Amino acid sequence: MARIDRRRLLKLSGAGVAAGAGGIAGILASGRAPAYAQATTLHYLRWSDFVPASDQVLKTKIAPQCEKALGIRLELEMVNANDIQARITSAIQSGSGPDIILGLNNWPQLYTDSLSDVSDVAEELGKAQGGYYDVSKAVATLRGKWIGVPWAIGGGLVAYRKSWFDEVGMNKFPETWDELREAGKKLKAQGRPIGQTAGHTFGDAPGFWYPYLWSWGGKEVEADGKTVALDSKETLESVKFAVPLWKDACDEGGLAWDDSSNNRAFLSGSISATNNGASIYLEAKRKPDTYQTEKGTPMYQDILHAPLPGGPGGQFNLPGPFTNLLMAYSKNQKPAKDFLRWVSSKDIFEQWFSSQQGYTDGATLYWEEDKVWGADPVLLPFRDLPRKGRMMGYAGPPGRASAEAQTKYIIVDMYAKAIQGTAPQDAVKWAHDELVKIYA
Amino acid sequence: MTFTSFATRRAYARRPQRGPITRLLEDERWLAVALLLPTIVLLGLFIAYPFIKGVELSVTDAKVGVPGRFVGLQNFRQIWNDGIFHVAVWNTCVYTAVTTVFKLALGLWLALLLNNNFRGKAFTRAFILLPFIIPTVLSTLAWKWMFDPTFSVINWMLFRLGLISTRINWLGDPNLALISVMIVNVWRGVPFYAISLLAGLQTISPELNEAAAIDGARAWQRFRHVTWPLLLPVTLVIVLFSVIQTFADFQLVYVLTGGGPANATQLFATYAYQIGIGTGLLSEGATISLAVFPVLLLVVVVQLLYIRRVETY
Repeated sequence: MARIDRRRLLKLSGAGVAAGAGGIAGILASGRAPAYAQATTLHYLRWSDFVPASDQVLKTKIAPQCEKALGIRLELEMVNANDIQARITSAIQSGSGPDIILGLNNWPQLYTDSLSDVSDVAEELGKAQGGYYDVSKAVATLRGKWIGVPWAIGGGLVAYRKSWFDEVGMNKFPETWDELREAGKKLKAQGRPIGQTAGHTFGDAPGFWYPYLWSWGGKEVEADGKTVALDSKETLESVKFAVPLWKDACDEGGLAWDDSSNNRAFLSGSISATNNGASIYLEAKRKPDTYQTEKGTPMYQDILHAPLPGGPGGQFNLPGPFTNLLMAYSKNQKPAKDFLRWVSSKDIFEQWFSSQQGYTDGATLYWEEDKVWGADPVLLPFRDLPRKGRMMGYAGPPGRASAEAQTKYIIVDMYAKAIQGTAPQDAVKWAHDELVKIYA
Repeated sequence: MTFTSFATRRAYARRPQRGPITRLLEDERWLAVALLLPTIVLLGLFIAYPFIKGVELSVTDAKVGVPGRFVGLQNFRQIWNDGIFHVAVWNTCVYTAVTTVFKLALGLWLALLLNNNFRGKAFTRAFILLPFIIPTVLSTLAWKWMFDPTFSVINWMLFRLGLISTRINWLGDPNLALISVMIVNVWRGVPFYAISLLAGLQTISPELNEAAAIDGARAWQRFRHVTWPLLLPVTLVIVLFSVIQTFADFQLVYVLTGGGPANATQLFATYAYQIGIGTGLLSEGATISLAVFPVLLLVVVVQLLYIRRVETY
């Protein structure tokens, strides 16, 4: 066992005091990990990233740096996104589990009573990085208190085959739903439909149908977050239009698609466009010899990204905010806060953010200026995604009721029902009544 | 005489001292309790406790991380008025009824075939069990590929055979989606029926069938009047297990459709998961799960009574 003399003990204690008093600045100034953290292990549960390289950065670069800088051993666990909620539930109910969990979408609002107040960390980071996007703030705060530290923002844009749209006379992606229907009709006739899911899948289905509803001026509730407002002229118009849009322009197998089906369909050349994260393009670029056009050229060179078309209500998307949640049951509150402060600091976050190559945006405005956006112009449109984002539950806050509505796929199923033959007014009425029960 | 007395005395002297526990266990009533105790503890921990906890949750408004307060039957009233719950109840009943009939018919047919002597019998019997042995999620993913609207090998085959001209939307069409899910359930369940019924068939003495054959009974008559009555008690137990498992099926639908499209394949278990875990409404999730209980209890009671009657005769 290494001997620690009085002088060395004083030095180490000094570093600990410095860290306690001065946070990250103190730690950096002392050049030594805080004494309390020498034996601390933090369990950090995240989703398995759609950009595997980013998980590698966390494991091979950031975790060792964390141990060096903070003296915290980072126990990283990556699981399928669909499994995280089951883990959160069992952890909260048993009062033990990961210290920090990366929450998706509006999950922080589901576990408000079981999350620690991290206002000090979130405010500090927000101030240092130009402030948070509205969507990040909306999901991570409760009555002015921060219940999570925003990490990043994912979301979808339409990935489309440039040459195929050129062939039907569209030299840019349609900006209105009418234009999309017209272009899609021609493309579908050529066996190149637009691919979109209307099934029960957590990412792509709401990612398309919520913004579609908003673009027509429809909304779930009024701004009070209680009065259900779905059954409106605007919503009905959107449902009426969705039926011919689906029949004329879309791949009708989409009713059964999950979040990866459209990726496969696009990369196999079966569809001409789909609303998705940047993963299709990144995968095509990673394997240019595997994914090729019918002319034998790399497919990624024929892919561009565009926002979903707009309508009378505007043009929107549904971003997917990621929020780091410090669990209230964790016995490592102080080290966990230090870690959250450190991992979202500019130098550290930059390493992870670069590896994303544009798949996500930062949670703060600072990252709009990052060099990653200059690396590949095809991914540049993702930079502006959070600014046109709305969260589910609009025009109210993205609280528990909106999560229930999403989990039950009320909005998605409203369109799916109409597509399957239910009269549009009946589909709207069904969805409205379901929302009334949820928001009661 | 003297020698015998001496030997007896020595034997008694060597008998070890019996402890209080040993003495207690010599009483059959206490021995029975001791032998049953591990089972009682296991059943209590893994069946009674979760069940009681489920009942407790269903009468509160508990959410994840919030213990909740007593709300009586409010959750039951809520799901009673829930349209999606009604769909889930209907789907579950149809799913269980249809798949049970098919699993029983095909399983029995397969068992009768396997009961014959043929070359490679042992290998075939082992092979038949494969769908049952492979983890459900894994085999269901394979089925998902086969039903994929774009890459379906079934569609490709039917198209090549000239039987279809447009692709079949297996999981996208609301009616076909439930049928597709049922096909996978039947595929997975038939081996269980086949092997269990085969075990039942092998307990039937061949002499009975031979005697009936000598009396002039044809194959169908031998099955109807000799094999089937003897196989019935085993069949009822198998059906009982199968109904319980199918009623609470989760993995298969969760992987194939997630309950979609538009709740066309929503079952009790998938809906309970969606509400309890996806939305954090533990009490409502527990209520949906508990709603299965009276139905299953009825099925179990009726079947057990019937089995007792059959066995008495």
